[in-house]
Amino acid sequence: MSHFDHAPAEQEPYDEADARRRARLGLILFAVYFVLYAGFMLLNVFAPQEMERTPLAGINLAILYGFGLIVAALLLAFVYAWLCRKPTGGQP
Amino acid sequence: MIYEASPLAVTIFMVFVGATLALSFYLGARAKSASGFFAAGGQIHWFINGIAFAGDYLSAASFLGICGMIAFYGYDGFLYSIGYLAGWVVALFVIAEPLKRLGRYTFADALDSQFNSKGIKLSAAISTLVVSIFYLIPQMVGAGALVKPLLGFSHATGVLLVGTVVTLIVVTAGMVSTTYVQFIKGSLLVTFSAVLTVMILNRGFEVPAGPEQARRIGPTPIGQPLPGGAPLASVPDEPGWEGRPYVRFRDTQTGELRVWRKAGEGQDPALGWEAQTVTLRDGKKFINGLPQERTPRWDLEPMGHVSRLPSGEMQTGELGPFEFLSTLQQSEVVVWEKDSATVKEPDGGVTTVYFPRPTTGKEILRPGNLPSFKGIRSDKVGDKLNFLSLMLALFGGTASLPHILIRYYTVKDQASARKSTIVGIASIGFFYVLTLFIGLGAMTSGGLDFTNSNMAAPLLARSFSEWLFAAISAIAFTTVLGTVSGLIIAASGAVAHDLLSSFLRLEMTDHVKVRCAKIASVVVGLIAIALGIVFENMNVAHLVGWAFGIAASANLPSLIMLLFWKGTTKQGIAASVTVGMLSALAWILLSADMYKDIYGWPAASSPVPFSQPGIVTIPLGFVVLVVVSLLTKKKTPA
Repeated sequence: MSHFDHAPAEQEPYDEADARRRARLGLILFAVYFVLYAGFMLLNVFAPQEMERTPLAGINLAILYGFGLIVAALLLAFVYAWLCRKPTGGQP
Repeated sequence: MIYEASPLAVTIFMVFVGATLALSFYLGARAKSASGFFAAGGQIHWFINGIAFAGDYLSAASFLGICGMIAFYGYDGFLYSIGYLAGWVVALFVIAEPLKRLGRYTFADALDSQFNSKGIKLSAAISTLVVSIFYLIPQMVGAGALVKPLLGFSHATGVLLVGTVVTLIVVTAGMVSTTYVQFIKGSLLVTFSAVLTVMILNRGFEVPAGPEQARRIGPTPIGQPLPGGAPLASVPDEPGWEGRPYVRFRDTQTGELRVWRKAGEGQDPALGWEAQTVTLRDGKKFINGLPQERTPRWDLEPMGHVSRLPSGEMQTGELGPFEFLSTLQQSEVVVWEKDSATVKEPDGGVTTVYFPRPTTGKEILRPGNLPSFKGIRSDKVGDKLNFLSLMLALFGGTASLPHILIRYYTVKDQASARKSTIVGIASIGFFYVLTLFIGLGAMTSGGLDFTNSNMAAPLLARSFSEWLFAAISAIAFTTVLGTVSGLIIAASGAVAHDLLSSFLRLEMTDHVKVRCAKIASVVVGLIAIALGIVFENMNVAHLVGWAFGIAASANLPSLIMLLFWKGTTKQGIAASVTVGMLSALAWILLSADMYKDIYGWPAASSPVPFSQPGIVTIPLGFVVLVVVSLLTKKKTPA
C-alpha cells in the first residue's frame, strides 16, 4: 500500500474516435433501459391494477417487472463491457 | 421495543468500530498529499472500487430505510430499490468515462475542465456542499436509530457518536481509508444480507397459535382478560375518546390500559382488534396507560404476524424465493397503523393509538400503499406526479451524487472506471433483490417495532439470534460510517479544492490544502450532527429521495449537456447548477412533509402541490442551461 501517496494517475492516452464510439454505444444502451424504466413507471401510474396480475408462478407483475429491471441493468452492463473490450484500432 | 444494551451486541459493535478506526490510522500514515487525501492517488483497483461503490451507496437509506418501508407498507419500499439501481445505468452508460477523463479531484473539476470559470467553480462547489449535507442527514438519522437499541443510548447521543467517529476517520486518512473501509463493509453487508435472506426462507411463515399468541392477530372478544390474568374493569368514555372506534378497559391487578378497536360494519360487535397506546403527559411517556419505566419492555409490544396462510395451515416450513412471494401473495398479514387523529385526554395528556389491520398479501405486494404513493391510485394526474417525480430523481440522482462522482478519480483510467461501475451494479443489484425478502421477512417476524420503520432489518435479525442482530447492526452502523466519511470528503474537497484553491485562487501547498480539507470536514461533521438530531422522526429512505432530487436538479443537466451539446457555455452551466439546486431546495423546504414533520405546521398550508421536486426542477435545470447558453453564446465562442 505504499503507493497511496503518489500523484494522480497519469493522463491516459485519449483516442477520440474510440471514446465517441463508446459514448454512442452507451447512449443506445441507456435508451434501451430508459424505455424499460419508463414503461414501469407509466404502468404503475396509469394502470396500477395491471401490476396486481400474477402472470407467472403466482407472483405479481409489480415484482416480476421490478426484478426484471434489476436483471436488465446487469445484463446491459455486461453487454457494454463486452462491446467496449473489442479491439478498436482503425475503426472510425 | 426492547431498547437495553446487550453485552454481546456491544462487544461485536466495538470490534467493528475499533477495526475501522485502526485501518484508518494505519492507512492515514500513508496518504499525506492532496491527491492521496481526495482521490487515493488514483491507484485503487477497479474491483475494490466497485465493491466500495456498493459500500458508499448501500447506506443507511438502502439498508434501514428501504427494508423498513417494505416492512411497514409492502411493495412500495421496493420501488426505491428499483429506482436506486436504475440510477447506476445513467452512471455507467453516460457519466463514468467522460467524468474520469475530464476531472481530477472533484465534480467541479470536470464541469470546469473546458472553461476555467470562477462561476462554475463556485456554483458546483456550493451544490456539492448542499447535496452532501442533505445526503448526510439520513445517514446520521439512521446511525442514531441503530445505536438506540444496540447500545441503549438516546438518538442524540448516537448521532453525536457517529459524527465524532466519522470525522476522526476522515481527518486521519481521507479517501484511502474510506475506500478500503467501504470495500470491507460493502462485502460484509451484501454477504450478511444474503445470510439473513436464507434464514428468512428457511423459517417460512407461521400463524401464531394459542390464546396468548391469538391476541397478536385478533380479532378477540372485547374485554377478555389475559389467560390466567386478573379481570378487566371497563373505562368509561371521557372527552377525547367519545365517538372514537375504541373500547377501553383497565387490568385490575397491573393497572395496564387495554384498548380494543371495534370491528367494522357487518362483523361480530363482540369482537375487536387489540390496539396499543402511547400517552405523553407532562413530559412523561406512558405505554398502554402505565409509566414507561413500569412496563416490561419500556415500550410497545413488538408485532408483525401472518394471520392466515393460503390453505389454512399454521406454518409453511422452508420456502424457495419465488414460493415465498407467491405464498405471501395468497396470505393475510396483520399490519399495524398509527391512528392519525390523536386523543386529547381531559388531564392534558395526548394519546396516540396504534391499531392492527388485517391486510391481504395481494394488497401488500401491490404499489400504492405508502402514504406518499397513494396518488398512484388517484384519478387526478396531479396526484401521480409525486411518484413520477421521485422515480425520475432516483434515476438521475445517482450519477449526480458528489461522493459517488469522486470515486471515479480513485481508479487509474476510464476502463477501470467502467469496470468498477459494473462490479458496483452487480453487487448493488443483488442487494436490492434481497431487500424485498428482508423487508417482508421483517413484516412477518413478530419482532417489528411499528413506531420506528428504520429498525425493521436489525430487529428482524434479532428475531433469529442476538449474534445476528449484533453483527447486522454493527455492519449497518459501520456502513453508515463509510457513507458519511465519503460525503464529508466530497464536501471538504468542495471547500478546500474548489472554493479556496480554485475559486479564491489562494496559494496553498499540498499540506495546507489537506489541512483546510480536514478543518472543513470537522465543520461539515458538526452540521451533520445537528441536522441528524433535528430530523430524527423521518424515514431515511424518504430523506434520501430529497437528496437525490437536489443532486439530479443541480448537477445532472450540466453534466449531460456538457458532454453532449457543443453550444453549452460557462454561464449556462453556472446558471443551471444554481437554479437547479435552489429551486429543488426551495421546493423541499416548502413541501407538505417539511411543514408537517419538521415545522409542525398544517400540511395543507404548504404552497407546493407535491413533495418531490425532480419532475419540475430537473427539466428546469436543462431549460435554464439552454436559454442562458444561447443568450451568452456570442460572448463566449466555443
